Amino acid sequence: MKDFYMQIDPVVLFFLLGLAAGIAKSDLKLPSALYETLSVFLLLAIGIKGGLALAKQPMMEILPQAMLVLLMGCLIPLLIYPLLRLKLPQADAASVAAHYGSASVVTFAVGVAFLTRLAVPYESQTTLFLALLEMPALVVGVILARLGGDAKQATGHGWGKLMHEVLLGKSIVLLLGGLAIGYIAGPEGIKPVDKLYLDLFKPVLTLFLLEMGLVVAGKVGALRQHGLFMLIVGVGLPVALSWVGIGFGMLMGLSLGGVTLLATLAASASYIAAPAAMRMAVPQANPALSLGASLGVTFPFNLLVGIPLYHQFAIAVA
Amino acid sequence: MTFHTKTMLTIVTEAVLENDLVALFEAQKVRGWTIVAARGKGAHGEKRGSFDANENIQIELIIDTASGEALAEDIMRRFGEHYALVQWLSEVRVLRGNKF
Repeated sequence: MKDFYMQIDPVVLFFLLGLAAGIAKSDLKLPSALYETLSVFLLLAIGIKGGLALAKQPMMEILPQAMLVLLMGCLIPLLIYPLLRLKLPQADAASVAAHYGSASVVTFAVGVAFLTRLAVPYESQTTLFLALLEMPALVVGVILARLGGDAKQATGHGWGKLMHEVLLGKSIVLLLGGLAIGYIAGPEGIKPVDKLYLDLFKPVLTLFLLEMGLVVAGKVGALRQHGLFMLIVGVGLPVALSWVGIGFGMLMGLSLGGVTLLATLAASASYIAAPAAMRMAVPQANPALSLGASLGVTFPFNLLVGIPLYHQFAIAVA
Repeated sequence: MTFHTKTMLTIVTEAVLENDLVALFEAQKVRGWTIVAARGKGAHGEKRGSFDANENIQIELIIDTASGEALAEDIMRRFGEHYALVQWLSEVRVLRGNKF
């Protein structure tokens, strides 16, 4: 069993290649149009996979679990905000709390690849959880930022625009859209396109992670600036929050794989939806701080150490 | 052919503001503008343009001087405090002056 953890998943090796190339200041650069294309593909593919599996599940079983996931999304920023507030101004603490309450699609995808490689089954509704988890923390984060004295001076956008951004942001549209397509089409209907969306998922993930490695290498500067604090937040929060995910996973009665994935989701931090939403709604927060921690520290930590660690946690309590 | 002297307002800012600025232009009845993705370095750090949340845009629009100045000041008031924002006005000579 231990051997499994000794050998690194190839998708992670692609990330390390990008990271190394970026740190070494190689001129390697993927066209940004490719990055856009890959992210559209990944989100749709994750959605479709979830939708296909969801079709086999009784809805009434999933509904209470979905409610609990929404609750977890609200709870995480509320839990960590007071801690962050010890060190950070209100807007920054709220923004970082929103980043960590929201979830990372790619971390989830790597978690799925990890479980698939170990042949550990997991519940199909975890994809739905991923989509649900993206939103509530962003809303809570904005409320936290606007509470109290600063509210009058808040220069961010109104709630209408924010909700539009949060609910109709491209990642939510693609994830939920893919989920609906998979659900409606079913395994037979999806056959003509499954070579692209199901078979090519992992190869495409490798290219995406290569780009992510390059992006993370670009964050090294921010790390130098906020060094110690960012390291503590970026490593401490995911490990602590994975236990929130494990707790909720046990409460929902998920399998070992499901608990591992929910722990991974709880531990992951958003670096696509949250930065855009926070930039709009809480412009006074420093984006280098939250993005530096979520993307520069937490993302690689989860990829390299976190996911296998959370799986061990889940084994220990299951 | 005759060239007409007009003012060009150039705005370099964060991509997240694109929709707001376009809404502002519509409201001010600006007749046209061009938006391109931008990369560079400034007080808000280096924008490599390889990542969604880390993108800049450059907007150019041609307008009469008084409206250009008013528009730039309005944009500065709304977004200048917290967003990466650089604006400049320059004199340009255009054909078909009635289009601007």
